[in-house]
Amino acid sequence: MRVPIRLTVNGVEREAVVEPRKLLVQFLRDDLGLTGAHIGCETSQCGACTVLLDGDAVKSCTILAVQVDGASVTTIEGLAPAGTLHPVQRAFWDEHGLQCGFCTPGMVLSTVALLAEDPDPSEAAVRHGLEGNICRCTGYQNIVLAVRAAAAALQHGAEAEPITG
Amino acid sequence: MNPAPFAYQRAESVQEAISLLQEHGESAKLIAGGHSLLPIMKLRLAEPEQLIDIGRIAELRGVRRDGDALVIGALTTHRQVATDPAITGAAPLLTETASRVGDRQVRNRGTIGGALAHADAASDYPAAILALEATMTAQGPNGTRQIAASDFFVDFLTSALQPDEVLTEIRIPVLPGGTGWSYQKLANQASGYAIVGVAALVTLDGDVARDVRIGVTGASPVAWRAAAIEDALRGAALDEAAVTRAAALAGEGVEMLDDLHGSAAYRTRVTRGLMQRALLEAAGRARG
Repeated sequence: MRVPIRLTVNGVEREAVVEPRKLLVQFLRDDLGLTGAHIGCETSQCGACTVLLDGDAVKSCTILAVQVDGASVTTIEGLAPAGTLHPVQRAFWDEHGLQCGFCTPGMVLSTVALLAEDPDPSEAAVRHGLEGNICRCTGYQNIVLAVRAAAAALQHGAEAEPITG
Repeated sequence: MNPAPFAYQRAESVQEAISLLQEHGESAKLIAGGHSLLPIMKLRLAEPEQLIDIGRIAELRGVRRDGDALVIGALTTHRQVATDPAITGAAPLLTETASRVGDRQVRNRGTIGGALAHADAASDYPAAILALEATMTAQGPNGTRQIAASDFFVDFLTSALQPDEVLTEIRIPVLPGGTGWSYQKLANQASGYAIVGVAALVTLDGDVARDVRIGVTGASPVAWRAAAIEDALRGAALDEAAVTRAAALAGEGVEMLDDLHGSAAYRTRVTRGLMQRALLEAAGRARG
């Protein structure tokens, strides 16, 4: 059995026909080539597959592609125009909020969702807000610093900027 | 890691979902948020041939007051349960419980109805649902019936729902004033599931407890009410000594889970400790 779906991914209308058991993360990676959504634990624990579904952070390894028919999905590739960095990405760069980088797309998207709800979170709120994202390098200190820096930048009206060293 | 192949159909109404369940029998499963079902399908612990998606049925959404009851639609997400002002006003124990489910992403997607229907022994809600004496509304081919919390959790991953029934709403009697609440949980660090979770409600009359209700999840194959502890504390002053003495007997005669997350003896000790904390916090909140 195959099911037709239509959804918006990173602002682009997409139509596809998918097997019902195809996971959203597989659809994004294998069918659309959006490999920024990482497959880590595949058990809805690590958060590496986090994307925004109609603005909410969700784990795309635990959603069927057929379930998001009609929805809008944002992956790390769609967060800022090509060649630019979203203020949250910039803050992760500046604060060294990553080591191996595997968890980073999920961390960044969870941060975007967190700051949309709570623009100036305390350190405790940041740690609680990111509890669904695991950094296997254990680089949490700088991740928390990056989120706080991103919050400050966004409050000062920061927008996506071209990548500079 | 994929589930085994299955056919997929979206139901537009509860009636249609029931018809589809009747048509496909026990080979069908309902899916809403999918956060209880998909993980076990990936592990091939469940291999339904037909998934019926009820995730878009409008009549299953929303929170409303119905006289002395708070009525929560089955499709209400954990996040909505954790943030809805009507729930916080009438049943803050449920707010606190929902805020401890999984993590932010899981709460955005998982639903209270799905979690309850799944009847996972390590789920957070059963403790609060038992303590709140909620009733679950099930709709089937022959109409609707109410299932009391005490009858709902039947066995490991087994609720009282029949294969052709849809859990439509959860009804929670609004508590009297002067009631304090607490949910205490020891979470698995990776999954967030409860190794043990204890929910307590305390209604005070002056210094003594007019009513005490305690639900325990995670510790056993099925969630349970700590009836003996409740009886021991009803009418007593809930000071630390009395609470500690009563909680020290928790789990007597109850089958405890014994697995890689904790031995039965460990779970018993944790249950007693969390119960003491839950009762003291609930009593403190009842005092205001």
